[in-house]
Amino acid sequence: MKSSRVPAVILLLVLVFLYLPILLLVVNSFNEARYSSTWGGFTLKWYAALLERENRDLWEAAQRTLLIALSSSGISMVLGTLSACALHWYRSRLQQINYGVLYLPIIIPDLLMGISLLLFFVGLGATLGTGTILIAHITFCASFVTVVVLGRLQGFDENVINAARDLGATKWVIVRRVILPLLAPGIVAGGLLAFTLSVDDYVITFFVTGPGSSTLPLKIYSMVKHSKDLPVINAISTLFLILTFLIVWLSQRLTDSQPTRASR
Amino acid sequence: MTLRKNEILLTTPTLLWLAVFFVIPSFAMLLISFRPANVYGGVEDGWTLDAWRALADPDYPIILWRTTWLSLVTTAVCLALALPIAFFLGKLQGKWRGILLMLVIVPFWTNFVIRVAAWRILLHPEGMLRQALLGLGVIGPDTLLLYNEGAVLMVMVYTHLPFAVLPLYAAAERFDYSLLEAARDLGASGFRSVMRVFVPGVSRGLLTAMALVLIPALGSYVIPDLVGGPSDEMIGNKIAQRTLGDRNLPQAATLSVALLAITMIPILVVFLINRKEHANQP
Repeated sequence: MKSSRVPAVILLLVLVFLYLPILLLVVNSFNEARYSSTWGGFTLKWYAALLERENRDLWEAAQRTLLIALSSSGISMVLGTLSACALHWYRSRLQQINYGVLYLPIIIPDLLMGISLLLFFVGLGATLGTGTILIAHITFCASFVTVVVLGRLQGFDENVINAARDLGATKWVIVRRVILPLLAPGIVAGGLLAFTLSVDDYVITFFVTGPGSSTLPLKIYSMVKHSKDLPVINAISTLFLILTFLIVWLSQRLTDSQPTRASR
Repeated sequence: MTLRKNEILLTTPTLLWLAVFFVIPSFAMLLISFRPANVYGGVEDGWTLDAWRALADPDYPIILWRTTWLSLVTTAVCLALALPIAFFLGKLQGKWRGILLMLVIVPFWTNFVIRVAAWRILLHPEGMLRQALLGLGVIGPDTLLLYNEGAVLMVMVYTHLPFAVLPLYAAAERFDYSLLEAARDLGASGFRSVMRVFVPGVSRGLLTAMALVLIPALGSYVIPDLVGGPSDEMIGNKIAQRTLGDRNLPQAATLSVALLAITMIPILVVFLINRKEHANQP
Protein backbone atom coordinates (compact mmCIF):
# COMPACT_ATOMS: atom_id res chain seq x y z
CA MET A 1 0.00 0.00 0.00
CA LYS A 2 1.42 3.33 -1.02
CA SER A 3 0.95 5.72 1.85
CA SER A 4 0.37 9.41 1.37
CA ARG A 5 3.10 11.89 2.19
CA VAL A 6 0.58 14.53 3.27
CA PRO A 7 0.55 13.70 7.03
CA ALA A 8 4.36 13.76 7.20
CA VAL A 9 4.49 17.11 5.43
CA ILE A 10 1.86 18.55 7.79
CA LEU A 11 3.87 17.33 10.79
CA LEU A 12 7.02 18.92 9.41
CA LEU A 13 5.28 22.27 8.78
CA VAL A 14 3.69 22.20 12.23
CA LEU A 15 7.10 21.57 13.84
CA VAL A 16 8.53 24.58 12.00
CA PHE A 17 5.50 26.60 13.15
CA LEU A 18 6.01 25.43 16.75
CA TYR A 19 9.75 26.09 16.97
CA LEU A 20 10.29 29.13 14.76
CA PRO A 21 9.15 31.82 17.23
CA ILE A 22 11.03 30.23 20.14
CA LEU A 23 14.23 29.74 18.13
CA LEU A 24 14.12 33.32 16.84
CA LEU A 25 13.68 34.56 20.39
CA VAL A 26 16.73 32.63 21.58
CA VAL A 27 18.82 33.71 18.56
CA ASN A 28 17.79 37.34 19.00
CA SER A 29 18.86 37.33 22.63
CA PHE A 30 22.43 37.23 21.20
CA ASN A 31 21.69 39.79 18.49
CA GLU A 32 23.60 43.07 18.67
CA ALA A 33 20.84 44.86 16.70
CA ARG A 34 17.97 46.25 18.74
CA TYR A 35 15.30 45.10 16.32
CA SER A 36 15.08 41.53 15.24
CA SER A 37 14.82 42.31 11.52
CA THR A 38 18.60 42.52 11.09
CA TRP A 39 21.52 40.56 12.47
CA GLY A 40 24.02 42.96 14.00
CA GLY A 41 26.52 40.40 15.22
CA PHE A 42 26.88 38.24 18.33
CA THR A 43 26.64 39.91 21.72
CA LEU A 44 26.03 39.09 25.36
CA LYS A 45 25.14 42.68 26.23
CA TRP A 46 21.44 41.95 26.77
CA TYR A 47 22.39 39.36 29.36
CA ALA A 48 24.76 41.87 30.94
CA ALA A 49 21.87 44.36 31.00
CA LEU A 50 20.00 41.93 33.25
CA LEU A 51 22.63 42.53 35.92
CA GLU A 52 22.28 46.30 35.83
CA ARG A 53 20.82 48.31 38.65
CA GLU A 54 17.67 49.29 36.78
CA ASN A 55 16.78 45.64 36.33
CA ARG A 56 17.15 44.79 39.99
CA ASP A 57 13.36 44.42 40.30
CA LEU A 58 13.57 41.57 37.79
CA TRP A 59 15.79 39.63 40.18
CA GLU A 60 13.52 40.44 43.08
CA ALA A 61 10.61 39.08 41.05
CA ALA A 62 12.67 36.00 40.15
CA GLN A 63 13.40 35.34 43.82
CA ARG A 64 9.73 35.72 44.75
CA THR A 65 8.77 33.39 41.87
CA LEU A 66 11.19 30.73 43.12
CA LEU A 67 10.09 31.09 46.73
CA ILE A 68 6.42 30.71 45.79
CA ALA A 69 7.17 27.79 43.43
CA LEU A 70 9.23 25.92 46.04
CA SER A 71 6.66 26.38 48.82
CA SER A 72 3.62 25.66 46.70
CA SER A 73 5.15 22.56 45.10
CA GLY A 74 6.29 21.31 48.53
CA ILE A 75 2.87 21.71 50.11
CA SER A 76 0.98 20.40 47.09
CA MET A 77 3.24 17.31 47.04
CA VAL A 78 1.90 16.44 50.51
CA LEU A 79 -1.72 17.30 49.66
CA GLY A 80 -1.61 15.56 46.28
CA THR A 81 -0.06 12.36 47.65
CA LEU A 82 -2.68 12.10 50.39
CA SER A 83 -5.59 12.59 48.01
CA ALA A 84 -4.13 10.23 45.38
CA CYS A 85 -3.93 7.48 48.04
CA ALA A 86 -7.51 8.23 49.11
CA LEU A 87 -8.78 8.05 45.51
CA HIS A 88 -6.82 4.88 44.77
CA TRP A 89 -7.65 2.81 47.82
CA TYR A 90 -11.26 3.75 48.57
CA ARG A 91 -14.45 3.55 46.51
CA SER A 92 -17.00 5.44 48.54
CA ARG A 93 -19.46 8.25 48.00
CA LEU A 94 -16.89 10.57 49.63
CA GLN A 95 -14.31 9.66 46.99
CA GLN A 96 -16.75 10.44 44.18
CA ILE A 97 -17.09 13.96 45.58
CA ASN A 98 -13.31 14.10 46.14
CA TYR A 99 -12.74 13.09 42.52
CA GLY A 100 -14.99 15.84 41.18
CA VAL A 101 -13.51 18.54 43.41
CA LEU A 102 -9.95 17.49 42.47
CA TYR A 103 -10.53 17.38 38.72
CA LEU A 104 -12.53 20.60 38.29
CA PRO A 105 -9.57 22.95 38.93
CA ILE A 106 -7.72 21.19 36.08
CA ILE A 107 -10.63 21.45 33.67
CA ILE A 108 -12.05 24.95 34.10
CA PRO A 109 -10.19 27.93 32.56
CA ASP A 110 -7.56 29.32 34.95
CA LEU A 111 -9.05 32.78 34.53
CA LEU A 112 -12.14 31.63 36.44
CA MET A 113 -10.05 30.30 39.31
CA GLY A 114 -8.17 33.62 39.45
CA ILE A 115 -11.25 35.82 39.53
CA SER A 116 -13.14 33.67 42.04
CA LEU A 117 -10.14 33.62 44.40
CA LEU A 118 -9.76 37.39 44.06
CA LEU A 119 -13.44 37.93 44.92
CA PHE A 120 -13.06 35.56 47.86
CA PHE A 121 -9.96 37.35 49.19
CA VAL A 122 -11.58 40.77 48.71
CA GLY A 123 -14.69 39.53 50.53
CA LEU A 124 -12.53 38.39 53.46
CA GLY A 125 -10.64 41.68 53.46
CA ALA A 126 -7.34 39.84 53.02
CA THR A 127 -4.22 41.76 51.98
CA LEU A 128 -3.25 40.72 48.46
CA GLY A 129 0.39 39.78 47.95
CA THR A 130 2.82 36.89 48.18
CA GLY A 131 0.56 35.07 50.69
CA THR A 132 -2.51 35.09 48.46
CA ILE A 133 -0.40 34.07 45.42
CA LEU A 134 0.96 31.13 47.41
CA ILE A 135 -2.55 29.99 48.43
CA ALA A 136 -3.74 30.23 44.82
CA HIS A 137 -0.77 28.24 43.52
CA ILE A 138 -1.20 25.46 46.09
CA THR A 139 -4.87 25.25 45.07
CA PHE A 140 -4.19 24.49 41.41
CA CYS A 141 -0.97 22.49 41.97
CA ALA A 142 -2.56 20.00 44.41
CA SER A 143 -4.84 18.61 41.69
CA PHE A 144 -1.98 18.12 39.22
CA VAL A 145 0.20 16.34 41.80
CA THR A 146 -2.78 14.09 42.61
CA VAL A 147 -3.10 13.03 38.97
CA VAL A 148 0.63 12.25 38.63
CA VAL A 149 0.82 10.26 41.90
CA LEU A 150 -2.41 8.44 40.99
CA GLY A 151 -0.72 7.31 37.78
CA ARG A 152 2.18 5.92 39.80
CA LEU A 153 -0.24 4.14 42.16
CA GLN A 154 -1.86 2.33 39.21
CA GLY A 155 1.29 0.25 38.81
CA PHE A 156 1.52 -0.38 42.52
CA ASP A 157 1.79 -4.01 43.66
CA GLU A 158 -0.53 -4.31 46.67
CA ASN A 159 1.11 -7.59 47.66
CA VAL A 160 4.15 -5.66 48.86
CA ILE A 161 2.00 -4.11 51.59
CA ASN A 162 0.51 -7.50 52.53
CA ALA A 163 3.98 -9.01 52.68
CA ALA A 164 5.21 -6.23 54.96
CA ARG A 165 2.18 -6.69 57.19
CA ASP A 166 2.72 -10.47 57.34
CA LEU A 167 6.29 -9.82 58.39
CA GLY A 168 4.95 -7.81 61.31
CA ALA A 169 5.45 -4.23 60.12
CA THR A 170 3.25 -1.64 61.82
CA LYS A 171 1.16 0.84 59.86
CA TRP A 172 3.73 3.65 60.12
CA VAL A 173 6.61 1.40 59.19
CA ILE A 174 4.67 0.34 56.07
CA VAL A 175 3.98 3.94 55.13
CA ARG A 176 7.55 5.07 55.73
CA ARG A 177 9.53 2.08 54.51
CA VAL A 178 7.28 0.61 51.79
CA ILE A 179 4.68 2.99 50.38
CA LEU A 180 6.65 6.25 50.35
CA PRO A 181 9.84 4.84 48.75
CA LEU A 182 7.75 3.13 46.04
CA LEU A 183 5.74 6.29 45.36
CA ALA A 184 8.74 8.62 45.58
CA PRO A 185 9.42 8.96 41.81
CA GLY A 186 5.73 9.80 41.25
CA ILE A 187 5.67 12.29 44.11
CA VAL A 188 8.85 14.01 42.89
CA ALA A 189 7.61 14.07 39.28
CA GLY A 190 4.34 15.59 40.52
CA GLY A 191 6.29 18.12 42.56
CA LEU A 192 8.38 19.10 39.53
CA LEU A 193 5.21 19.52 37.46
CA ALA A 194 3.77 21.69 40.25
CA PHE A 195 7.00 23.69 40.31
CA THR A 196 6.88 24.41 36.56
CA LEU A 197 3.16 25.25 36.69
CA SER A 198 3.79 27.66 39.55
CA VAL A 199 6.80 29.30 37.89
CA ASP A 200 4.83 29.60 34.62
CA ASP A 201 1.54 30.89 35.93
CA TYR A 202 0.52 34.31 34.78
CA VAL A 203 -3.27 34.49 34.74
CA ILE A 204 -4.12 33.38 38.28
CA THR A 205 -1.19 35.31 39.79
CA PHE A 206 -2.27 38.43 37.91
CA PHE A 207 -5.63 38.38 39.71
CA VAL A 208 -4.46 37.64 43.26
CA THR A 209 -1.26 39.71 43.36
CA GLY A 210 -0.94 42.90 45.35
CA PRO A 211 1.19 46.01 45.03
CA GLY A 212 4.93 45.29 45.07
CA SER A 213 4.63 41.51 44.79
CA SER A 214 5.27 40.88 41.12
CA THR A 215 6.45 37.49 39.89
CA LEU A 216 8.70 36.96 36.87
CA PRO A 217 5.87 36.14 34.41
CA LEU A 218 4.06 39.31 35.54
CA LYS A 219 7.23 41.38 34.99
CA ILE A 220 7.87 39.86 31.57
CA TYR A 221 4.23 40.42 30.65
CA SER A 222 4.26 44.10 31.47
CA MET A 223 7.56 44.58 29.61
CA VAL A 224 6.08 42.82 26.57
CA LYS A 225 2.81 44.74 26.80
CA HIS A 226 4.62 48.08 26.78
CA SER A 227 7.12 46.85 24.18
CA LYS A 228 9.86 47.95 26.54
CA ASP A 229 13.41 46.54 26.31
CA LEU A 230 12.51 43.83 23.81
CA PRO A 231 16.08 42.41 23.62
CA VAL A 232 16.21 42.18 27.42
CA ILE A 233 12.95 40.20 27.31
CA ASN A 234 14.62 37.84 24.83
CA ALA A 235 17.53 37.33 27.23
CA ILE A 236 15.48 36.69 30.34
CA SER A 237 13.07 34.46 28.40
CA THR A 238 15.99 32.37 27.14
CA LEU A 239 17.24 31.86 30.70
CA PHE A 240 13.68 30.98 31.72
CA LEU A 241 13.40 28.42 28.88
CA ILE A 242 16.66 26.76 29.94
CA LEU A 243 15.37 26.44 33.52
CA THR A 244 12.11 24.87 32.31
CA PHE A 245 13.90 22.40 30.03
CA LEU A 246 16.17 21.32 32.89
CA ILE A 247 13.17 20.62 35.13
CA VAL A 248 11.26 18.79 32.41
CA TRP A 249 14.30 16.69 31.55
CA LEU A 250 14.71 15.80 35.23
CA SER A 251 11.05 14.83 35.65
CA GLN A 252 11.14 12.85 32.38
CA ARG A 253 14.06 10.82 33.73
CA LEU A 254 12.15 10.11 36.92
CA THR A 255 9.07 8.91 35.04
CA ASP A 256 11.17 6.79 32.69
CA SER A 257 12.76 5.02 35.65
CA GLN A 258 9.29 3.83 36.69
CA PRO A 259 9.01 0.34 35.13
CA THR A 260 12.50 -0.89 35.96
CA ARG A 261 12.38 0.27 39.54
CA ALA A 262 8.89 -1.04 40.15
CA SER A 263 9.61 -4.51 38.80
CA ARG A 264 12.81 -5.14 40.71
CA MET B 1 -13.84 1.07 61.41
CA THR B 2 -10.11 1.80 61.28
CA LEU B 3 -10.35 1.64 57.49
CA ARG B 4 -12.93 4.42 57.50
CA LYS B 5 -10.66 6.43 59.82
CA ASN B 6 -7.74 6.04 57.40
CA GLU B 7 -9.90 7.14 54.51
CA ILE B 8 -10.96 10.29 56.35
CA LEU B 9 -7.36 11.04 57.38
CA LEU B 10 -6.20 10.76 53.77
CA THR B 11 -9.12 12.65 52.26
CA THR B 12 -9.69 15.56 54.64
CA PRO B 13 -6.59 17.80 54.21
CA THR B 14 -6.84 18.26 50.44
CA LEU B 15 -10.62 18.19 50.24
CA LEU B 16 -10.83 20.80 52.99
CA TRP B 17 -8.23 22.98 51.26
CA LEU B 18 -10.11 22.81 47.96
CA ALA B 19 -13.45 23.36 49.68
CA VAL B 20 -12.15 26.60 51.23
CA PHE B 21 -10.08 27.90 48.32
CA PHE B 22 -11.95 26.51 45.32
CA VAL B 23 -15.57 25.55 46.07
CA ILE B 24 -16.42 28.46 48.37
CA PRO B 25 -14.79 31.09 46.08
CA SER B 26 -16.81 29.69 43.15
CA PHE B 27 -20.03 30.19 45.08
CA ALA B 28 -18.79 33.60 46.28
CA MET B 29 -18.47 34.55 42.62
CA LEU B 30 -22.10 33.57 41.98
CA LEU B 31 -23.22 35.48 45.09
CA ILE B 32 -21.30 38.66 44.25
CA SER B 33 -22.87 38.73 40.76
CA PHE B 34 -26.16 39.60 42.52
CA ARG B 35 -24.63 42.31 44.73
CA PRO B 36 -24.59 46.05 44.00
CA ALA B 37 -21.22 47.67 43.29
CA ASN B 38 -20.17 50.76 45.20
CA VAL B 39 -18.22 53.70 43.86
CA TYR B 40 -15.07 52.73 45.76
CA GLY B 41 -14.67 49.51 43.79
CA GLY B 42 -16.11 47.37 46.55
CA VAL B 43 -19.29 45.37 46.98
CA GLU B 44 -22.36 46.59 48.89
CA ASP B 45 -24.83 44.53 50.90
CA GLY B 46 -28.23 43.85 49.39
CA TRP B 47 -29.42 42.17 46.22
CA THR B 48 -29.75 43.42 42.67
CA LEU B 49 -29.94 42.17 39.10
CA ASP B 50 -28.07 45.24 37.79
CA ALA B 51 -24.94 43.36 36.74
CA TRP B 52 -27.03 40.68 35.01
CA ARG B 53 -29.16 43.27 33.20
CA ALA B 54 -25.95 44.97 32.03
CA LEU B 55 -25.11 41.81 30.09
CA ALA B 56 -27.75 42.91 27.55
CA ASP B 57 -25.60 45.99 26.87
CA PRO B 58 -24.77 45.67 23.15
CA ASP B 59 -21.06 45.31 23.99
CA TYR B 60 -21.33 42.06 25.90
CA PRO B 61 -23.38 39.89 23.51
CA ILE B 62 -20.93 40.79 20.74
CA ILE B 63 -17.96 39.82 22.90
CA LEU B 64 -19.60 36.61 24.10
CA TRP B 65 -20.30 35.69 20.48
CA ARG B 66 -16.74 36.59 19.40
CA THR B 67 -15.28 34.52 22.25
CA THR B 68 -17.33 31.50 21.23
CA TRP B 69 -16.58 31.94 17.54
CA LEU B 70 -12.80 32.41 17.96
CA SER B 71 -12.64 29.39 20.29
CA LEU B 72 -14.61 27.20 17.88
CA VAL B 73 -12.41 28.16 14.93
CA THR B 74 -9.28 27.53 17.05
CA THR B 75 -10.65 24.10 17.98
CA ALA B 76 -11.47 23.23 14.38
CA VAL B 77 -8.02 24.25 13.10
CA CYS B 78 -6.25 22.41 15.96
CA LEU B 79 -8.23 19.21 15.27
CA ALA B 80 -7.61 19.49 11.52
CA LEU B 81 -3.85 19.75 12.12
CA ALA B 82 -3.70 17.22 14.94
CA LEU B 83 -5.60 14.47 13.06
CA PRO B 84 -2.99 13.92 10.30
CA ILE B 85 -0.17 14.29 12.88
CA ALA B 86 -1.74 11.65 15.13
CA PHE B 87 -2.43 9.45 12.10
CA PHE B 88 1.22 9.66 11.07
CA LEU B 89 2.68 9.19 14.56
CA GLY B 90 0.36 6.30 15.38
CA LYS B 91 1.48 4.43 12.26
CA LEU B 92 5.16 5.12 12.84
CA GLN B 93 7.27 2.41 14.47
CA GLY B 94 10.48 2.55 16.45
CA LYS B 95 12.28 5.37 18.16
CA TRP B 96 11.16 8.14 15.74
CA ARG B 97 7.64 7.90 17.09
CA GLY B 98 8.80 8.90 20.57
CA ILE B 99 11.20 11.56 19.32
CA LEU B 100 8.63 13.25 17.08
CA LEU B 101 5.92 13.10 19.74
CA MET B 102 8.36 14.68 22.18
CA LEU B 103 9.12 17.44 19.67
CA VAL B 104 5.42 18.27 19.45
CA ILE B 105 5.01 18.40 23.24
CA VAL B 106 8.19 20.26 24.27
CA PRO B 107 6.99 23.79 23.30
CA PHE B 108 3.97 23.16 25.50
CA TRP B 109 6.24 23.05 28.55
CA THR B 110 7.82 26.39 27.86
CA ASN B 111 6.38 29.41 29.58
CA PHE B 112 3.03 30.46 28.14
CA VAL B 113 3.68 34.20 28.39
CA ILE B 114 7.06 33.77 26.70
CA ARG B 115 5.51 31.83 23.82
CA VAL B 116 2.92 34.55 23.23
CA ALA B 117 5.63 37.21 23.67
CA ALA B 118 7.77 35.44 21.06
CA TRP B 119 4.94 35.84 18.54
CA ARG B 120 4.44 39.46 19.49
CA ILE B 121 8.12 40.15 18.92
CA LEU B 122 8.08 38.19 15.65
CA LEU B 123 4.98 40.00 14.32
CA HIS B 124 6.05 43.39 15.70
CA PRO B 125 6.02 46.22 13.09
CA GLU B 126 9.84 46.40 13.38
CA GLY B 127 10.12 42.62 13.61
CA MET B 128 11.69 40.17 11.22
CA LEU B 129 8.55 38.76 9.64
CA ARG B 130 6.90 42.04 8.68
CA GLN B 131 10.18 43.51 7.41
CA ALA B 132 10.78 40.41 5.31
CA LEU B 133 7.26 40.47 3.86
CA LEU B 134 7.60 44.20 3.17
CA GLY B 135 10.91 43.61 1.40
CA LEU B 136 9.36 40.89 -0.74
CA GLY B 137 6.45 43.16 -1.56
CA VAL B 138 3.90 40.67 -0.20
CA ILE B 139 2.34 43.29 2.08
CA GLY B 140 2.04 47.05 1.78
CA PRO B 141 3.52 49.52 4.25
CA ASP B 142 0.12 49.94 5.93
CA THR B 143 -0.39 46.28 6.73
CA LEU B 144 0.12 45.31 10.35
CA LEU B 145 0.61 41.69 11.32
CA LEU B 146 -0.22 42.39 14.94
CA TYR B 147 -3.38 43.67 16.61
CA ASN B 148 -5.86 41.83 14.45
CA GLU B 149 -8.11 38.78 14.57
CA GLY B 150 -5.77 36.75 12.38
CA ALA B 151 -2.93 37.15 14.87
CA VAL B 152 -5.21 36.14 17.76
CA LEU B 153 -6.36 33.02 15.92
CA MET B 154 -2.86 31.99 14.89
CA VAL B 155 -1.41 32.32 18.39
CA MET B 156 -4.43 30.55 19.88
CA VAL B 157 -3.83 27.62 17.52
CA TYR B 158 -0.13 27.77 18.36
CA THR B 159 -0.63 27.51 22.13
CA HIS B 160 -3.48 24.97 22.10
CA LEU B 161 -2.24 22.53 19.45
CA PRO B 162 -0.48 20.09 21.84
CA PHE B 163 -3.77 19.66 23.76
CA ALA B 164 -5.28 18.30 20.53
CA VAL B 165 -2.32 16.14 19.48
CA LEU B 166 -1.91 14.22 22.75
CA PRO B 167 -5.39 12.64 23.10
CA LEU B 168 -5.59 11.97 19.34
CA TYR B 169 -2.18 10.32 19.39
CA ALA B 170 -3.27 8.15 22.34
CA ALA B 171 -6.31 7.04 20.33
CA ALA B 172 -4.31 6.50 17.10
CA GLU B 173 -1.80 4.36 18.99
CA ARG B 174 -4.60 1.88 19.76
CA PHE B 175 -6.09 2.06 16.26
CA ASP B 176 -5.72 -1.03 14.08
CA TYR B 177 -4.19 0.30 10.85
CA SER B 178 -4.87 -2.95 9.01
CA LEU B 179 -8.52 -1.82 8.89
CA LEU B 180 -7.43 0.87 6.46
CA GLU B 181 -5.86 -1.72 4.17
CA ALA B 182 -9.10 -3.65 4.28
CA ALA B 183 -11.05 -0.53 3.30
CA ARG B 184 -8.70 0.10 0.37
CA ASP B 185 -8.86 -3.53 -0.73
CA LEU B 186 -12.59 -3.07 -0.88
CA GLY B 187 -12.07 -0.16 -3.25
CA ALA B 188 -12.17 2.96 -1.02
CA SER B 189 -9.77 5.73 -1.94
CA GLY B 190 -7.00 6.64 0.52
CA PHE B 191 -8.71 9.82 1.72
CA ARG B 192 -12.11 8.17 1.91
CA SER B 193 -10.83 5.22 3.92
CA VAL B 194 -9.18 7.60 6.41
CA MET B 195 -12.34 9.66 6.78
CA ARG B 196 -14.68 6.67 7.08
CA VAL B 197 -12.51 4.26 9.05
CA PHE B 198 -9.74 6.13 10.89
CA VAL B 199 -11.75 9.17 12.04
CA PRO B 200 -14.59 7.08 13.57
CA GLY B 201 -11.91 4.80 15.05
CA VAL B 202 -10.38 7.65 17.04
CA SER B 203 -13.69 9.38 17.87
CA ARG B 204 -13.02 9.13 21.62
CA GLY B 205 -9.71 10.94 21.23
CA LEU B 206 -11.38 13.49 18.96
CA LEU B 207 -13.94 14.26 21.64
CA THR B 208 -11.30 14.67 24.36
CA ALA B 209 -9.16 16.83 22.07
CA MET B 210 -12.15 19.02 21.28
CA ALA B 211 -12.85 19.62 24.98
CA LEU B 212 -9.17 20.14 25.90
CA VAL B 213 -8.80 22.88 23.27
CA LEU B 214 -12.23 24.49 23.45
CA ILE B 215 -12.41 24.94 27.24
CA PRO B 216 -9.13 26.82 27.80
CA ALA B 217 -9.66 28.73 24.53
CA LEU B 218 -12.95 30.12 25.85
CA GLY B 219 -11.07 31.46 28.87
CA SER B 220 -8.37 33.16 26.79
CA TYR B 221 -7.18 36.48 28.08
CA VAL B 222 -3.42 36.81 27.49
CA ILE B 223 -3.50 36.19 23.73
CA PRO B 224 -6.14 38.78 22.73
CA ASP B 225 -4.50 41.20 25.17
CA LEU B 226 -0.99 40.86 23.70
CA VAL B 227 -1.54 40.23 19.97
CA GLY B 228 -5.13 41.41 19.41
CA GLY B 229 -6.50 44.88 18.83
CA PRO B 230 -9.35 46.64 20.67
CA SER B 231 -11.89 44.98 18.38
CA ASP B 232 -10.60 41.47 19.12
CA GLU B 233 -11.35 41.46 22.84
CA MET B 234 -12.67 38.27 24.36
CA ILE B 235 -14.72 37.78 27.50
CA GLY B 236 -11.53 37.22 29.53
CA ASN B 237 -10.35 40.74 28.66
CA LYS B 238 -13.65 42.20 29.83
CA ILE B 239 -13.41 40.28 33.10
CA ALA B 240 -9.89 41.63 33.67
CA GLN B 241 -10.98 45.20 32.81
CA ARG B 242 -13.98 45.08 35.14
CA THR B 243 -11.73 43.68 37.87
CA LEU B 244 -8.58 45.75 37.64
CA GLY B 245 -9.51 48.59 35.29
CA ASP B 246 -12.72 50.29 36.39
CA ARG B 247 -13.16 47.87 39.31
CA ASN B 248 -16.78 46.80 39.06
CA LEU B 249 -16.52 43.46 40.87
CA PRO B 250 -20.19 42.41 40.54
CA GLN B 251 -19.94 42.96 36.78
CA ALA B 252 -16.71 40.92 36.66
CA ALA B 253 -18.43 38.16 38.66
CA THR B 254 -21.44 38.14 36.31
CA LEU B 255 -19.24 37.85 33.23
CA SER B 256 -17.30 35.03 34.92
CA VAL B 257 -20.48 33.12 35.74
CA ALA B 258 -21.55 33.54 32.10
CA LEU B 259 -18.15 32.22 30.95
CA LEU B 260 -18.43 29.31 33.38
CA ALA B 261 -21.88 28.49 31.99
CA ILE B 262 -20.50 28.44 28.42
CA THR B 263 -17.53 26.22 29.37
CA MET B 264 -19.92 23.79 31.09
CA ILE B 265 -21.45 22.97 27.67
CA PRO B 266 -18.42 21.07 26.26
CA ILE B 267 -17.75 19.54 29.71
CA LEU B 268 -21.33 18.21 29.88
CA VAL B 269 -21.27 16.99 26.27
CA VAL B 270 -18.12 14.93 26.92
CA PHE B 271 -19.52 13.65 30.21
CA LEU B 272 -22.85 12.57 28.67
CA ILE B 273 -21.28 10.90 25.62
CA ASN B 274 -18.81 9.02 27.82
CA ARG B 275 -21.61 7.85 30.07
CA LYS B 276 -23.72 6.73 27.12
CA GLU B 277 -20.78 4.74 25.71
CA HIS B 278 -20.27 3.15 29.11
CA ALA B 279 -23.93 2.16 29.23
CA ASN B 280 -23.76 0.68 25.72
CA GLN B 281 -20.81 -1.50 26.55
CA PRO B 282 -21.89 -4.71 28.25
